[in-house]
Amino acid sequence: MNVRSQVSMVFHLDKCIGCHTCSIACKNIWTDRKGTEYMWWNNVETKPGTGFPTRWEDQERYKGGWEKKNGDLELKSQNKSSALFNIFHNPNQPTLDDYYEPWTYDYQNLFNAPEGADQPTAKPISMITGEYINVEAGPNWDDDLGGSPVYAQNDPNLESLTPEQREQLFATERLVFFYFPRICNHCLNPACVAACPSGALYKRGEDGIVLIDQKRCRGWRACVAACPYKKTYFNWSTGKSEKCILCYPRLETGQAPACFHSCVGRIRYLGVLLYDAARIEEVAKLPDDQLIEGQRSLILDPFDPEVIAGARANGIHDSVVESAQKSPVYQFVKVWKLALPPHLEYRTFPMLFYVPPMSPVMASKEGGVIDHVSGDLFHDIEQSRVPVAYLAKLLGAGQENKVRYALRKQKAVRWYRRALTVGDVTMEVSSRMLAEADCSSEEAEAIYRLTSLCTFEDRFVIPPMHREEAIQMMEDPLEHKASAGFGFVSGPQRGM
Amino acid sequence: MTNPTMNLLLFAMLPYVALFTFFLGTILRYRKAPFTYSSLSSQFLENNQHFWGLTALHYGIIAILLGHLLGLLIPRQILLWNSRPLRLYVLEIFSLAFALMALVGFVGVIERRIRYPKARTVTTPADWIIESMLILQAAAGIYVAIFYPWGTSWYSTSAAPYLHSIFLFRPDISYLVTMPFIVKFHVVNGWLIVGFFPFTRLVHALVAPVPYLWRKPQLVRWYGIGILPVWPRRPSGARD
Ligand code: HEM
Ligand code: SF4
Ligand code: SF4
Repeated sequence: MNVRSQVSMVFHLDKCIGCHTCSIACKNIWTDRKGTEYMWWNNVETKPGTGFPTRWEDQERYKGGWEKKNGDLELKSQNKSSALFNIFHNPNQPTLDDYYEPWTYDYQNLFNAPEGADQPTAKPISMITGEYINVEAGPNWDDDLGGSPVYAQNDPNLESLTPEQREQLFATERLVFFYFPRICNHCLNPACVAACPSGALYKRGEDGIVLIDQKRCRGWRACVAACPYKKTYFNWSTGKSEKCILCYPRLETGQAPACFHSCVGRIRYLGVLLYDAARIEEVAKLPDDQLIEGQRSLILDPFDPEVIAGARANGIHDSVVESAQKSPVYQFVKVWKLALPPHLEYRTFPMLFYVPPMSPVMASKEGGVIDHVSGDLFHDIEQSRVPVAYLAKLLGAGQENKVRYALRKQKAVRWYRRALTVGDVTMEVSSRMLAEADCSSEEAEAIYRLTSLCTFEDRFVIPPMHREEAIQMMEDPLEHKASAGFGFVSGPQRGM
Repeated sequence: MTNPTMNLLLFAMLPYVALFTFFLGTILRYRKAPFTYSSLSSQFLENNQHFWGLTALHYGIIAILLGHLLGLLIPRQILLWNSRPLRLYVLEIFSLAFALMALVGFVGVIERRIRYPKARTVTTPADWIIESMLILQAAAGIYVAIFYPWGTSWYSTSAAPYLHSIFLFRPDISYLVTMPFIVKFHVVNGWLIVGFFPFTRLVHALVAPVPYLWRKPQLVRWYGIGILPVWPRRPSGARD
């Protein structure tokens, strides 16, 4: 056992209202610089939909993530020698067309236009060339199913559906969608790190945050191709790649990342997980249908004395272990098994987990009467408008039973609360549902509390980051007096 | 270029100025402005023509530079190889092919930067200058290869000793003074490129990521310890 700690996340999709506040918070802090205009370290997708960049989940095209080859784990985008042979032209690199050309508007024209018969307009201008452009795509072009015949119908996850199920999903009067906010998953087995020829990407030992060393990045772009979630981006101006940094400067001062902090739907949870780094490689080679259990088995019980001893031996501070014991992520992922990793079949072991969305399931019966006493109280889950097969493709590595388990438990909790507060369901029925959903009433109560009544402190259990142990702190502070600080001594200017 | 002072300036002085600038410039830049060491890729902005120019350029120039280096390091063996006409022709043809590849590539990338506005926005004055110099260099080299055969042999007997004399700090320009103009041009332009190198994007060639071939896939950095690999696992005991 090799105990490590990882700042991990849960997004409760049932609560996301698709307001994009998270994306804007991130953009305003990190990516409003030249070369980063098109980057959305946090973006919110409408599902079904093609996402950002367009059809990022289609790995036949983008070649992201890992695959098993003769029992070994290899990147889909490259092996060691092809990485060097193709370094001059990366055959798998997405280009601007896969994202969109960032633009602003010629606002000056509103003031300067000569008097004329028509109102002056502010024409869009490319933020790359400065010339007028025709805007043909944007980061949320298919928001709320806009243009769904073009976008939603091209969602790669629909492959798992039968023609009838597809029709069901797209029948106009039953049209349904949910939101899927995405940031870098700060994976346990990150493809981006493994792909970087310069070794510029790394995982931080103390908290697992995946970063790109800007001084070491040489713009070989291998990480952009290798990340199956397309969460590393190429800065076309500086010639370096950039990615979500999980707001580590905020975390280090005890604040939640900006997208978490600003989340209107309060869908986001953050906390430490302890995991066994010694078994990553072994688990990453498991067959698809064992991956979810495999990843769960990597996550260690922070109350287990043996794990605590292992953590100590690895220099993990007791305060971090304590934080792990209070982690909401541990509850959602390991104890309740409600939260599932996105596309685990890419084998990067994302450490951002999603609670699958319920609302469309329930709404499918809207107007009709739900049969309280039917033998199977969960039958509408099977008939839901977002087919379980679709969610399983997205969040269950294809395993429908894992998604079904999470949905049934969520439904049971709702009915339990309904029996308690509304009273139109008998306690007997709700108890039966809880039992069938593998959930005790205490557990249901805890799920309810953490889902609905959660305060800021419940949602974000930020471990002490112990920056006092960081290397910079060991250096003589006077040495840096009157200099530009520890980071960039020269500005991040593009090379000649 | 027949004036003796001029010869001395161009073939005996210029190399040292160029080499001095090269080493001082690249090292200082690496230490003071590591952020500027990048390939400055523009594939993101233009990906249709990108493959042709960039691949041809690099495969061509890397082969040609290796050839120049081999001629410098093992001139005798090259001469020995060339002692049989067939082997000589093979070497000459391969060299010429790679050189043409490099030239086509250089012309291709500069044409691409002129043609596509997006690629143009990420082009600096240094790019225009160095890419023009590289085109001239490749063109001159190819001209020499075609009109003054057999370059692979006489490089070993005249150019290599000249370069040796430079690197051993005993500059001997007698090998060069009698050479035709175009050869002299190739040499002078070559030194100019070496001298201009640190101020251009070419520094990316110095940080070619060869160690990737034997690196472990995953990297972890700890406060105060630095980088350690994760998997495959390090042998027992190590905190990784
Ligand atoms: C030794 C290993 C080398 C590697 C790994 C390498 C890699 C690269 C890469 C990745 C790019 C960016 C391509 C893009 O736009 O996406 C590039 C551009 C370039 N390289 Fe290299 N290179 C190497 C050596 C050289 C050498 C020896 C030269 C010339 C003497 C050279 C000249 C250039 C030029 C001129 C460009 C810019 C082309 C343009 O206009 O887009 N490279 N190189
Ligand atoms: S999601 Fe983040 S950590 Fe995982 S492979 Fe992509 S960039 Fe790397
Ligand atoms: S801020 Fe929260 S609720 Fe709004 S889109 Fe982002 S994740 Fe969803």
